[in-house]
Amino acid sequence: MKYYTKEHEWLELAADGIATVGITDYAQKQLGDVVYVELPAIGKAVTQSGEMAVVESVKAASEVYAPISGTVVAVNQDLPANPALVNSEPQGAGWFVKLQLSDEGELAKLLDEAGYQTYLASLS
Amino acid sequence: MTADTAMPMLNPAGHRGLHHEEPLLFELSQAGTAGTDWAEPAQAGQGDALGGLMRQDAIGLPELSEPQVVRHFTRLSQQNYAIDSGILPLGSCTMKYNPRLNEKLARLPGLAEIHPLQPLSTVPGALKLIENLADWLVRLTGMDAVAMTPAAGAHGEMCGMMLIKAALQDQEGGAQRQRVLVPESAHGTNPATAAALGFKVQAIPSNGRGRTDLAAFRAALGSDVAAVMLTNPNTCGLFEDEILEIAAGIHGVGGYFYGDGANFNAIVGRVKPAELGLDCMHINLHKTFSTPHGGGGPGSGPVVMNARLAPYAPIPFLQHQQGKTRWMEQDASGKSIGRLRAFHGQFATFVRAYAYMLSLGADGLQQASADAVLNANYLLARLQDALTPAYSAPCMHEALFSDKFLDGTGLTTLDYAKGMIDAGYHPMTMYFPLVVHGALLFEPTETESKATLDEFVEALKILADIAKKDPSRLQQAPLYAPRRRLDETQAARSPRLVWTT
Amino acid sequence: MRYLPLTAADRQAMLATCGVDTIRELYSGVADSAWHDGLFKDLPLGLNEWQTELAVRQLADQNQTVGQLASFCGAGAYRHHVPAAVDHLIQRGEFLTSYTPYQPEISQGTLQYLFEFQTMVARLTGMDVANASMYDGSTACAEAVTMANRITGRNKALLSGQLHPHYAAVVQSMARWTGVELTLAEPDPLNTEELIGQITPDLSCVVVQYPSFFGHLNDYSRLAKACQAAGVLLVVAVSEIVALGLLKSPGSMGADIVVAEGQSLGNGLNFGGPYVGLFATRANYVRQMPGRLVGETVDTNGQRGFVLTLVAREQHIRRDKATSNICTNSGLCALAFTIHLSLLGEQGLRRLAALNHAAASDMVQQLMKQRHEFGKISVCNQTYFNEFLLDLGQPAEPLVERWAAKGLLAGVPLSRLYPHQPKLANHLLVAATELTQQHHKDQFYQALKEIC
Repeated sequence: MKYYTKEHEWLELAADGIATVGITDYAQKQLGDVVYVELPAIGKAVTQSGEMAVVESVKAASEVYAPISGTVVAVNQDLPANPALVNSEPQGAGWFVKLQLSDEGELAKLLDEAGYQTYLASLS
Repeated sequence: MTADTAMPMLNPAGHRGLHHEEPLLFELSQAGTAGTDWAEPAQAGQGDALGGLMRQDAIGLPELSEPQVVRHFTRLSQQNYAIDSGILPLGSCTMKYNPRLNEKLARLPGLAEIHPLQPLSTVPGALKLIENLADWLVRLTGMDAVAMTPAAGAHGEMCGMMLIKAALQDQEGGAQRQRVLVPESAHGTNPATAAALGFKVQAIPSNGRGRTDLAAFRAALGSDVAAVMLTNPNTCGLFEDEILEIAAGIHGVGGYFYGDGANFNAIVGRVKPAELGLDCMHINLHKTFSTPHGGGGPGSGPVVMNARLAPYAPIPFLQHQQGKTRWMEQDASGKSIGRLRAFHGQFATFVRAYAYMLSLGADGLQQASADAVLNANYLLARLQDALTPAYSAPCMHEALFSDKFLDGTGLTTLDYAKGMIDAGYHPMTMYFPLVVHGALLFEPTETESKATLDEFVEALKILADIAKKDPSRLQQAPLYAPRRRLDETQAARSPRLVWTT
Repeated sequence: MRYLPLTAADRQAMLATCGVDTIRELYSGVADSAWHDGLFKDLPLGLNEWQTELAVRQLADQNQTVGQLASFCGAGAYRHHVPAAVDHLIQRGEFLTSYTPYQPEISQGTLQYLFEFQTMVARLTGMDVANASMYDGSTACAEAVTMANRITGRNKALLSGQLHPHYAAVVQSMARWTGVELTLAEPDPLNTEELIGQITPDLSCVVVQYPSFFGHLNDYSRLAKACQAAGVLLVVAVSEIVALGLLKSPGSMGADIVVAEGQSLGNGLNFGGPYVGLFATRANYVRQMPGRLVGETVDTNGQRGFVLTLVAREQHIRRDKATSNICTNSGLCALAFTIHLSLLGEQGLRRLAALNHAAASDMVQQLMKQRHEFGKISVCNQTYFNEFLLDLGQPAEPLVERWAAKGLLAGVPLSRLYPHQPKLANHLLVAATELTQQHHKDQFYQALKEIC
């Protein structure tokens, strides 16, 4: 199941309780060509809505916030060499980190697909 | 692409026939050539005095004769646009004419060939020059003292905010003051400086008139506020007309008022920043006082301050005591924020700024400010229908427009700017300040004649017309510059920062 | 006023176009209480070009220049020959009066020379990458400590007692106001300090100087290894860049960051500024670097070109999260450096460096050879490049003052830089360069003999 934030991060929860996190297609379009992604160290604890990563385009840099609290268990090793993945497959191969959730209850604060689409519609 | 005749070309034939592609020095290198004639030393140094650290490998420097070097850099220079080429209307950068007299005087042996650590008794003229320049800065700003050593505007900001931090630490509860208020329209250096010093930066929104929102500012005030950092005239090119209220507000909660003097050039000779309530302010000698930008430096950023902050001035500083002025390289009081750079500051820049002040005098400086403001207002008035003014007139020394006039064309401010290049002009500042959508910020300075401004206005109007009728022409621009648009994404994704074979 | 093109008629016409009668109306945001209608009475009126020149010349004429005197002053600022072409080229208006190259299509001249500069600095220092310059060596040094803190996530630096005292003071000011912990080793004029034993895993970096402030030459390879083992970065500061023409590069010893003062190449003494800071590091730290960077790319026609790149690190984008607040750098001084180094080339720089070393070496040998005549004076260096330290056996500063009156700038007395270190009061730092002539040296020896 996929969840979203109003800051345009997505989170997909696997059966093993590990969540994959990235930024949405809307976010990558706003940023333009992504040139660099600064990822957290494995083992780092992140808190919901706290800073987790930084994504840079040619003339902008944006914080990426953790959609949920947890511990970083993996980062996308392909991004440093190929940041363009964030543009081409933001919700697939362009994922950022995998988190071990610390509190599944926080999922309730996130948007579902329909909720996010409604939110996007309200922005335009 | 439409016919070129549609473009408001200053110089339709261009100089492309004389334009040379120039390889890198390393590609031009021919082994065994040199542009200097140093001989091998008659007696080699004592080998063992080098401690076995003699370089064994090649450095990899290019080898060229003097004419090859001169030609290389001459050709490179021809790929640059500069003030000497034409109007360079970069807003907030103050690209005014750089007098050649200043260059000549900075090269006088008595000023250029003096060592920073030769006895001070052998350089009274240099110290006097610093003192005289400092005196001008103090009188023009109404302040009490000035720190001369900061190397550039951002370095001056660092100095000023250190002064404030030091003063706060000396007052009860001052160290607990963590917040610094910075208008959203501020230069990026303001929040960067405050954050580097450990302050928490709080952005203050602008109001609908392009000024700091006084209500929001007042709401943000509190006993934990260390300072407000304000540029006045601000980066929208407007005078902060509620600055006296802002000063009263920040002082009312025990905080300090830092002034970013980047736009001081608009008010020199008319307004003394101290009388606006500022506690300290940096001054960019390379903007207001005509020292050359040199393609990005060197600058010089002296900081004027009032008596409350003067005890914390960085070393070295001028001390006036019993009618005597001394250049103090050490701090006897223990209050100084310390040393900010080696030696005595950007001395050769001081020479240029001082020559400029002497040349203009009280009358010329006032006239220069007035002309800068008049030129900007003239642009604003003449372009108000073709472009979209961001705020209502009058402005100060720069005219700000939004990109609304490009609505429906599919074009961005960037496209319009690149079109200006094909018309023979350096673009204005783009996308700054951030508070105006697709901002176009023009600062003509007092250097431009009415005739130049009139030509410039006509060109900008034609470009605005082309934007509506043939937008693809601007999307392709520039066509006539030494390069077309460059791929900045590739440059940033896989950086190549040094030449390799 | 000769710099102002508007005529009185222009001004009237333009005010009318703006819909106002007076300039005061354009300043309508300024309260009456803050407005000065007349001229500032305490400042003089403008001068014509000749009058201005006279006024400035009058100040210049009061100074004694290193060209007139026999000068042995160094200590981070060196007198070298600057070829005539350097000053001619940097005064071309297209360089002198251009702005930061934010519009790359019409700034390729500046961008290309900065790319050449970066390449030269990287090669000279033995590092992978270099930036487009900092204000000077001392501020570059402070930025290196900040960068090391950022990379290591630590907050404590160790500074060698052989670091230029001004550089140490600048690092100290930054550290004090940004909350960084510093350990400053005691001044080490005799080159006895042992830094390896002081490395602890909570350090972000160790900062050393090469050649050291007192002129000593040390191989920092072992120190680099020890740093590496503790996850500590080694910062090497160079205040005489010509030395790297003759000496192994800091990069080859294992430095992580090299900062330097580039004044010696292309730039005059100018009483201390403006100078040009060099900043080089390893490729993997490039995104943590302060300052502007120029990168190679292509335009839409596929032609090679240069742009400012990795700008998302900088203050105008990152604002309060930037790697540094630096904006302006030392572009024109970097150009002078690049032109001078192009004229020298590989062979020229090596020879220039060799001449410098030979000049100092000749002096040290003279002082040793005639030890009987220089009885009270001792040379503190076993190793040196073009600068060495003398112990005069009596306070140096009064002597330097006395000699200056007779046309000799004998060097920099350490008390000028270490006023609170009585044990350094007798020391004199002496630099010789390719411009040191025999009669200068004779004058120097004569002065020393007179005090022995």
